[in-house]
Amino acid sequence: MTHWLLAPILIPLLGAILQIFVGYAPMPLRRVLAIVTSVLTLAAAIVLLNLAGDDTYRVYAMGNWQPPFGIVMVLDRLAAMMLVLTASLALLCHLFSIGGADEGTRQFHSLFLFQLMGLNIAFLTGDLFNLFVAFEILLIASYGLLMHGSGSTRSTPGLHYVVLNLVGSSLFLISVGMIYSVTGTLNMADLAVKVPQVSGDQRFLVEAGGMLLLVVFALKAAVLPLTFWLPRAYASATAPVAAFFAIMTKVGIYGIIRVYPLIFGANAGEMANLGMNWLFPLALATLIMGVIGAMGAQTLRTLVTWQLVISVGTLLAPIALGSQKGLAAALFYLLSTTWTVGGLFLLIELVRSQRGSVSDKIVMAPQIRHRTLLSSLFFFGAVSAAGLPPLSGFFGKVMILQSTTSGVEMAWLWGAILTGSFFTLIAYSRAGSVVFWRNIEGEIENSTPVTPLLAISTGALIGMSVLMVALAGPISAYTNATAVQLLDTRGYIQTLQAPMVEEGS
Amino acid sequence: MELVFALAIGALTAGGVYLLLRARTFPVVLGLTMLSYGVNLFLFASGRLATGSQPVLGTAAQYADPLPQALVLTAIVIGFAMTAFVVVLSLRNLADHGNDHVDGDPKKHTPASKHARERRPL
Repeated sequence: MTHWLLAPILIPLLGAILQIFVGYAPMPLRRVLAIVTSVLTLAAAIVLLNLAGDDTYRVYAMGNWQPPFGIVMVLDRLAAMMLVLTASLALLCHLFSIGGADEGTRQFHSLFLFQLMGLNIAFLTGDLFNLFVAFEILLIASYGLLMHGSGSTRSTPGLHYVVLNLVGSSLFLISVGMIYSVTGTLNMADLAVKVPQVSGDQRFLVEAGGMLLLVVFALKAAVLPLTFWLPRAYASATAPVAAFFAIMTKVGIYGIIRVYPLIFGANAGEMANLGMNWLFPLALATLIMGVIGAMGAQTLRTLVTWQLVISVGTLLAPIALGSQKGLAAALFYLLSTTWTVGGLFLLIELVRSQRGSVSDKIVMAPQIRHRTLLSSLFFFGAVSAAGLPPLSGFFGKVMILQSTTSGVEMAWLWGAILTGSFFTLIAYSRAGSVVFWRNIEGEIENSTPVTPLLAISTGALIGMSVLMVALAGPISAYTNATAVQLLDTRGYIQTLQAPMVEEGS
Repeated sequence: MELVFALAIGALTAGGVYLLLRARTFPVVLGLTMLSYGVNLFLFASGRLATGSQPVLGTAAQYADPLPQALVLTAIVIGFAMTAFVVVLSLRNLADHGNDHVDGDPKKHTPASKHARERRPL
C-alpha cells in the first residue's frame, strides 16, 4: 500500500486551506503559494504516472478497511493519465490567471485548488458513492469559479449551470440507490463481480440504475440532448476558468470509460455493453450539433465552446463501439483535444484584450497589436482542433478512423468525423481570416499589453500538440496499454484481494 | 408501510419536478429541495424497510443495513450546502436583473407578448 496515492488529493487540499488563511496577505505571496501547490500536484501526478507504468493496480484503503467494506483509491494507467492531464492543464491555467484574472475576489486560488482536488478524487476513487462525493466537490468549486469576476452577465448562466447540475446529482443518487438495492455494494471491483450474477426481475432494476448513471455522465459530458447548457456557461466564465473547464466535460467521459467497460462490459452477462448502442448515435449527433454550432458562432469564444462539444462527440463514438483500438485512439485524442481547447480559450482572451470594444466578435476591426504572435498561435490551435496534419489532432482522428471495422458503424463514423472536420475547418478559417487579416482603418483604444507570462502559458498549452507529435510513439504505446488494461477487468477485480497492513506493523 | 413510503417518495418527486419547471427562481429552489427529500427517502429505502431491527449484527434476529443510512447522511449534508448556494445565487440574480425570472431579464430575450404571458402571477 503506497501512500503516494493520496498526494494528488492532499496537496491541493492543504494548499487551498492555506489560501483561505492567507486571504489578506499580499498578492505576490498568495500567488507564489498557489503556483507552488499546482507544481507540487503536477509532480505528484508524474510520480503516480511512473508507478502506474508497470500495469499493476495500486490500492489505498482508507482507514485500512478491507475493500469492499471501506473506501478505496485505485491507481491504474487511466487514472494516472487523467491526473497528469488535469495537473498540467491546471498549472498552465493557474499561471495564466496570475496575470490578472485572479484579482477581484480573495477566494479565486482556494476555489481553483479545491476544484483540482475534486477532479483528482474523481479520477482516483474506486467507489461509486465516493465518485458522487468527488463530483459534488468539484462542482461546488466550479460554481464559485464560474461566478468569479465582475459584471452582472454571469449570474443567469451560472444559475442554469447550478440548477442543472443539482438535478444531475439527484439522478446520480437515484441510480446509486437502485444499484445498491440489488447488489448490496458500491465498490466498483465488487460491482464488476456482482452485476453479472444478477438475474430475473432484479436485473431490470440494475439496468435502470446503469442507464440513469449514463444520463448523469452524459449531462456532465454535454452529450446531445443535454448539451445546451455548455455554450452559455463557458462563454461567460473568465478565461483561465473556461480553459480549466475544458477538463470538466472529460470527467463525464472518464466516468463512462471507468464504469461501463468494467461493470457493464463484455463479461456482464445479460447486461453486457449496457447503453452503448444508445451512446453511439447520440455521440455522432453531438458531433454534428457541435459543428453546426461552430459554423454559426458569432464570437471566437462561442466557436471554441462548440469545439468542446465536437470533441465530446468524437471521443464518445469510438468509446461506444468499445474495441480496444478505439479506446486507445479515444484516449490519445482526449489528451490532444483537452490541451488544445484549453489553449484556445486562453488565446482568445489575449485576442480579446487587444481589440477593445470589439472584444472577440468575429467582425472586421483595426489591426491588433502582437498580430504575428497571436495569429500564429491561433493557426496552430485551429490546425490541431480541426484535425489537419501535422499536429496531434490529426493523429488522434486518424487513429479513431482506423479503429473501426468495416460495417454500418464505420460508414457513419467516417462520414460524421470527416464531414465534421471539413466544416470545422471552414469555421476556423472564416473566424481567423476575419479577425486577423481583414482589417479596417483606425486605431484600437483600451488594448492591454500581452505580458510574457500570459503568452508563455498560452503558447505552452497550444504547443502541447506539437509535443504530442514528437512523443507520439511513447504516448500511443501508453494509451494502447491503458486500453488493454481497461478491457481486461480481472486485474481490477483483483483489487478486492489487496493485502491490508497488519496491526502494529 | 411500503405503500405510504412509496407514495411519499412519488409525491415529493412529482412536486419537485413540477416546481423545477417554473419560471421563477423561488419555486425552482423549492422544487430542488423537494426533489432532494424524495431522493433521500429513496436512498434510505434501498437498504430495505424494516422496523425494530438494529444496524448491528447479532443483536437482533433481523438487522438493518447501515450503509444507506450513512449514504443518506452524506447526501443530506451535501444537499443542504447546495441549497444554501442556490438561494444566494438566486438572490444575486434578483439583484443583477431586478427580477427573479430564471432567464434573468426576459425582456431582453423574448418578444413583448411572450413576456406579458410570463409575467402572470404564479
